[in-house]
Amino acid sequence: MRKVLLSSVVAMALVGAGAGVFAQPADAGKSQVRFVFTQMNVPVEGQFKKFMADVKFDPAKPAEAKVDVSIDLTQADAGSPDANDALKTKDWFDTARFPQAKFTAAGFKPVGGDKFQAVGQLNLKGRAANVTVPFTVKTDGHGQWLEGVFPLSRTAYKVGEGEWSDTGMVADNVQVKFKLFVPK
Amino acid sequence: MTPVRYTLTARILHWLMVLLILGAFALALSFDDMPLSPRKLQYINYHKWLGITVLWLVAVRLLWRLKHPAPELPAHMPKHEKMLAHLGHIGLYVLMFGVPIGGWLMSSAKGFPVVYLGLIPLPDLIGKNEELGKLLKEGHELFAWGLLLLAAGHAAAALKHHFIDKDDVLRRMLG
Repeated sequence: MRKVLLSSVVAMALVGAGAGVFAQPADAGKSQVRFVFTQMNVPVEGQFKKFMADVKFDPAKPAEAKVDVSIDLTQADAGSPDANDALKTKDWFDTARFPQAKFTAAGFKPVGGDKFQAVGQLNLKGRAANVTVPFTVKTDGHGQWLEGVFPLSRTAYKVGEGEWSDTGMVADNVQVKFKLFVPK
Repeated sequence: MTPVRYTLTARILHWLMVLLILGAFALALSFDDMPLSPRKLQYINYHKWLGITVLWLVAVRLLWRLKHPAPELPAHMPKHEKMLAHLGHIGLYVLMFGVPIGGWLMSSAKGFPVVYLGLIPLPDLIGKNEELGKLLKEGHELFAWGLLLLAAGHAAAALKHHFIDKDDVLRRMLG
């Protein structure tokens, strides 16, 4: 009990210390993580319906930025009930063993104007690799909007194995599009 | 005496569309209850390509038909039979447009756009809407069965002309 209390006091102190800095979970209602995969040249859009993102970002100190995103892969929507069931299987996300994907990055690199880059680690299906994520940050009176698109190689993470490994059928490149709203 | 036939273009279009429509139908029947697999996706795409081919071919065919009227029906046919033949042909044209357009609408509503031959992305006719997608699937299937039934009646009528009436109606579309 004391521990819990203590940690909430510490948490409150941290939040207080970071006044003006956005160090908050993204607003799930206003945020989205979508993806576009291509099968036989047909682009199909899906989305991760459940995810959590913690973003700490002060535009004045991008090197100190931190982001933590965890995605519930059991709630992935690939556009049809058939595909959603398939995604949970071993060939795809194997959600029984790997229910979550995680992305963590520390330090954003400013690349001009409101554009930044985060090089972070993506953990997906038991594999970890670095990915570079370009995005823009816009601040309004209510908080920050982080928005970006980056390509992902599905085969690098063994997403789509067995009969699905043929990239002529489902392309290797998957575009991940995200929009995170971090309230003040 | 050589019978008055449809133009060569009309005959080619007619038989080509018989093959395309039967092919599209066979594909649809085979993938409909397949579990999701690369082969299923392949068949669905081939089916869509066939359907879009039927759609633009039927447009060409209709334009051709308007410029080159069909030969007269035999004089021995009673008025009501001629009327039935015309209605049947109108119905076939309506469904040859309606079935592929329905399929295209269904693809759009289901969020799986049509990329013709894997090369030409066609615009979505409507936005993604799961409920509407289900409804359009039902409609597409109903129309397709209607087309098949009407085409079967059409073929039966042609055979009746050939073997029972012994007129040249079938031959107008042959050779």
